[in-house]
Amino acid sequence: MRKFIALGLVYAIVQILIMTNLISGYFQATLVTIGINIILAVSLNLITGFTGQFSLGHAGFMSVGAYVCAIVTMRMPTIPGFILGVVLGAVAAAILGFLVGLPTLRLRGDYLAIATLGMSEIIRIIFLNLEITNGAAGLIGIPQFINWTWLFIFTVGIVLLLSNFVKSAHGRACISIREDEIAAESMGVDTIRYKVIAFIIGAACAGIAGAIYASYFYYLEPNLFGFLKSVDVLVIVVLGGLGSLSGSMLAAILLALISTYLQSFPEIRMVLYSLILIVIMIFRPQGLMGSREISLSVFSKLGNNKLWDRFKSQKGGH
Amino acid sequence: MLEIRNMDVHYGMIHALKDVSFEVHRGEIVVLIGANGAGKTTTLRTISGLQRPTNGQVILNGVDITNVSAQERVKMGISHVPEGRRVFPGMTVLENLELGAYLRRDRDGILEDLEMVYERFPILRDRRKQTAGTLSGGEQQMLAIGRALMSRPEILFLDEPSMGLAPILVQEIFDIIQSINKSGTTILLVEQNANMALQVADRAYVMETGSIVLSGTGSELMSSDEIKKAYLGG
Ligand SMILES: Nc1ncnc2c1ncn2[C@@H]1O[C@H](COP(=O)(O)OP(=O)(O)OP(=O)(O)O)[C@@H](O)[C@H]1O
Ligand SMILES: [Mg+2]
Repeated sequence: MRKFIALGLVYAIVQILIMTNLISGYFQATLVTIGINIILAVSLNLITGFTGQFSLGHAGFMSVGAYVCAIVTMRMPTIPGFILGVVLGAVAAAILGFLVGLPTLRLRGDYLAIATLGMSEIIRIIFLNLEITNGAAGLIGIPQFINWTWLFIFTVGIVLLLSNFVKSAHGRACISIREDEIAAESMGVDTIRYKVIAFIIGAACAGIAGAIYASYFYYLEPNLFGFLKSVDVLVIVVLGGLGSLSGSMLAAILLALISTYLQSFPEIRMVLYSLILIVIMIFRPQGLMGSREISLSVFSKLGNNKLWDRFKSQKGGH
Repeated sequence: MLEIRNMDVHYGMIHALKDVSFEVHRGEIVVLIGANGAGKTTTLRTISGLQRPTNGQVILNGVDITNVSAQERVKMGISHVPEGRRVFPGMTVLENLELGAYLRRDRDGILEDLEMVYERFPILRDRRKQTAGTLSGGEQQMLAIGRALMSRPEILFLDEPSMGLAPILVQEIFDIIQSINKSGTTILLVEQNANMALQVADRAYVMETGSIVLSGTGSELMSSDEIKKAYLGG
């Protein structure tokens, strides 16, 4: 209950600040970027941090969601059209996640990373050459539907969904694959199924992040979704901690604030940014959160392990 | 209870198992011994469904399970302690044990078996909140066996459980294997430590480069000259 009160408070405070013009348009854009990066990072964390599948394809999934949502809302510039665009974008990205997930299942580690990177580049090239995406010039004038309310709904919704997923028996199965795939298989975990599921869910969420991007920044071009975009997301995940959703959120917020602050030093911005990353990784090589979650945070302690609880109460009864 | 008929396994061009046939009866301890690369691990992996045979059949309790998935085989009562222990290093001991019961839905039965595993391996109860990666080699082996027992198997496969353990621990592991067998679990054991293995074996098979070359009761093989020369150090 407490977590919902806390979430409601966060929403209300920011909403009031926006309505009273205490949050500038520039800072609102930063908020949207943070929301998008949180969604991208937690969903890549499901694939890479929890299930252990090294993926460099997140920009590809994101771009599919972005373009599908943009194309739909440009033809149907209404709220139902926007919702349809987000849903179709997520579905299209999920289908791609499924297609990528299947053949790459035989690949491990570096090979999987290269395959997903290749997929992402192929998609970018396709978008560069399609008529409906307007090629390299990109799409401009995408109707803007994303505001703080929608952003909050999507971000919190996805984080809660993934948080419940990773704490369920399904999540355990995914983690067991990361920990030791052969042992997981011996225990009867359907490793192929869970790897594909991780890719499907991760890709769908990235698609939603792309849809939010398209619908807020009203401009899309294929080169926004290059290799570096995937690396950016990976940096957030590694920095926050592989296997920690709260770590991903913390890192997404921290990095957005750092780069906003660094805008004041345009010449050495990227150098400072890189230096900060290096310093953090030296002192926290396991990431800010390791694989732990912030225990009092609103996002943790959602799924509860009934078996564990029963075990504890049984032990207490002795 | 378990029967392997004319099984062949290929890894690409490598012919790892050649026309392997053998059987395990209910309640037995059957041992597979053989040199490095003989195909012992491959045999276990194929029976538990982790590796596809190119030819032959696996029969469990009269049912042909050759095309049944690894998950289904766990449900049918096969449990496999893989070579090299392979605990989940970042998970706690308790989480490892819970994953052993991954396919089960009977909460009370699972708790019962958890208690049974703790009874058999008291050290695991003491370490239940410790991550498995920080356990000693012997403790990890006990965890791997305990985890495999959590699926309440009819037949338990053990792939070189004594590997890398001090002699006193090897003795303990073999005692545990015998006691698991006494409480009704059939055991198929792969070992390099032929001496110890043949002592506990009801029957044993000797593998060489992908084929079974010799079989007999544990004591028969222990007194065989060939075995003495090749595996028992003279
Ligand atoms: N995944 C694989 N790919 C290719 N060849 C393999 C694979 N696994 C095993 N082999 C080959 O198959 C043969 C049998 O290997 P296996 O692991 O079954 O032997 P083993 O009897 O268990 O040996 P050890 O006692 O050393 O564990 C070996 O020649 C090995 O090189
Ligand atoms: Mg082996």
